[in-house]
Amino acid sequence: MKPFTTHTGRALPLDRADVDTDQIIPAVHLRRIERTGFGPFLFGEWRKDPAFVLNDPRYAGASVLIAGPNFGSGSSREHAVWALEDAGFRALISERFADIFRTNCSKIGLLTVELPAESVRALMDAVLDDPSTEITVDLRELRVSAPAVDERFEIDPYTRRRLLEGLDDIALTLANAEAIEAFERGRATRLPSMAPTGRPA
Amino acid sequence: MAGTTATTPSTLAEKVWERHVVRRAEGEPDLLYVDLHLVHEVTSPQAFEGLRLAGRTVRRPDLTVATMDHNVPTAPGPEDPISVQQMSALRTNCAEFGITLYPTGDLGQGIVHVIGPQMGLTQPGLVMVCGDSHTSTHGAFGALAFGIGTSEVEHVLATQTLPQPKPGTMAISVDGDLPAGVSAKDVVLGIIARIGTRGGVGHVIEYRGDAIRSLSMEGRMTICNMSIEAGARAGMVAPDDTTFAYLEGRPHAPTGRDWEEALDDWRSLPTDEGAAFDREVTIDAAVLRPHVSWGTNPGQTVTIDDVVPEPGDEAAERALAYMDLRPGTPMREIRPDTVFIGSCTNSRIEDLREAAGILEGRMVREGLRAMVVPGSMLVKRQAEQEGLDAVFTRAGFEWRDAGCSMCLGMNPDQLTPGERCASTSNRNFEGRQGRGGRTHLVSPAVAAATAVAGHFATPSDLDA
Ligand code: SF4
Repeated sequence: MKPFTTHTGRALPLDRADVDTDQIIPAVHLRRIERTGFGPFLFGEWRKDPAFVLNDPRYAGASVLIAGPNFGSGSSREHAVWALEDAGFRALISERFADIFRTNCSKIGLLTVELPAESVRALMDAVLDDPSTEITVDLRELRVSAPAVDERFEIDPYTRRRLLEGLDDIALTLANAEAIEAFERGRATRLPSMAPTGRPA
Repeated sequence: MAGTTATTPSTLAEKVWERHVVRRAEGEPDLLYVDLHLVHEVTSPQAFEGLRLAGRTVRRPDLTVATMDHNVPTAPGPEDPISVQQMSALRTNCAEFGITLYPTGDLGQGIVHVIGPQMGLTQPGLVMVCGDSHTSTHGAFGALAFGIGTSEVEHVLATQTLPQPKPGTMAISVDGDLPAGVSAKDVVLGIIARIGTRGGVGHVIEYRGDAIRSLSMEGRMTICNMSIEAGARAGMVAPDDTTFAYLEGRPHAPTGRDWEEALDDWRSLPTDEGAAFDREVTIDAAVLRPHVSWGTNPGQTVTIDDVVPEPGDEAAERALAYMDLRPGTPMREIRPDTVFIGSCTNSRIEDLREAAGILEGRMVREGLRAMVVPGSMLVKRQAEQEGLDAVFTRAGFEWRDAGCSMCLGMNPDQLTPGERCASTSNRNFEGRQGRGGRTHLVSPAVAAATAVAGHFATPSDLDA
């Protein structure tokens, strides 16, 4: 995973609440078995509308997404996160992200920043007013700054460390292989299993 | 959820959580052991590829089971090469890593959340995960079951564990008796209409109260299934005699002495008297009615006796425009083009029996397209043994093979732009059932009655 320390870039204002992952990437695009190349399908239906903000040339090249609350609700599809990453986004800002979506972002190094509603509003308005507005998201200092806003944000320390150092969390877990083995030794034998012995004909 | 000891009263969710902590360290999420990992074709190929790239293997293929559901055709037709590639990737991956697979053509195949319970794999007290948000379904048995993304799928394949921040606990009590004609689907739509699509974010919901206890396992699964639609991490119902009766004798249920031991254990799981939840919501069952969604998220739902509401905000205005509905229109006057009975929410045998009971001796309204898609091939076989398929086809329904089908616009079963559908599925998002499609979420009973009436209706409307 690519480490995330700090990022400065222009932002895309997606002023809608409850944007679900079916909108971020419609299911019809999930048939591919690759992990890359989903960017062109980002907001696959909405982008067919020429007036959709993603089609506004003033926001071309934006790398920070500012969204309404409950962004990423619905399906667990990580393809939504891959599409955002592939389209060049590095950080997402919302009042609140859906649980699975936020976790998915953290696994690939895409930073989700949760800010109070007023601060998200201020950023959204600033970017709507002036699309050239640059936003800095600093994970070391836990600060979001833009001409209109300078705000601290919270993130759990484990995710912060993983993102800062770009750590692969499977490797982190495998470093505890002994604890996993010990746990497995204590598991009841009656628990369900697909092993042939546990499987009546 | 605070740490618990034997003397502190704790909730069902806390008990299951505590049993699965492999490692707890300051400033880190708990590392949880996963008892059962369900896998399907859409969210797994990149995870298996990740394993190969890192030179890793599947730690517990015996605790992993795979099926094909999201992208399978449910009727004969031309094959889509990209989809064929996705299925064959799952075959190859399961063969390479030694994972049991129920592919299309196998009697064990079906929607992942239907086959787990059907085989008796889903049991009280387990931690279960799947790369699918409706994994919450399995919570109906008192398991802690939640959806994960593909990176997490890879993590579980490699380690059989998952680092998880502790969710909050939330109790939703539905007290009293459900009025006649009100189904589990109506209960959960009524809950989401009240608490909203963000009402459960960060929490595991435990559904409690007489109305929940009185439901069958199928009904409880319907309710837990839609927990994610309230934003919740998972939904649970405490195991009881209904749970045990459902499980006993299923292929993977414990037997003999193991069964007795399991029962003792399962009886210790329900929330202790005096245990505190972080949030509590109480709903009077008596006020619940059959529900129909009008908008583009499951919270935008009213009872069938209501009218399309005045939009309260911009999101509601956009939803009304997308759905092509005018405020003030009685729900009963809305006429769907299509009726879909299926999905992991409502495609089990009980759902099909209920719908067939209403369709017996009746015909689908002319011009209306209607299809029923059993949740698994075993459900299909059982329905055929009971003669339900004949009832459906005589009424004018298409009778399909098992799969997710029209629940999501991915496989060949899709709505066309502007097509309006009464659907027993769980999501009415824009385009969820196909580009431009308009979804109204309903129970199987309302779906069947609507198919006959040609407009949203309850079974009792048909007798009027
Ligand atoms: S039936 Fe629908 S909600 Fe259920 S697993 Fe399939 S696509 Fe997901």
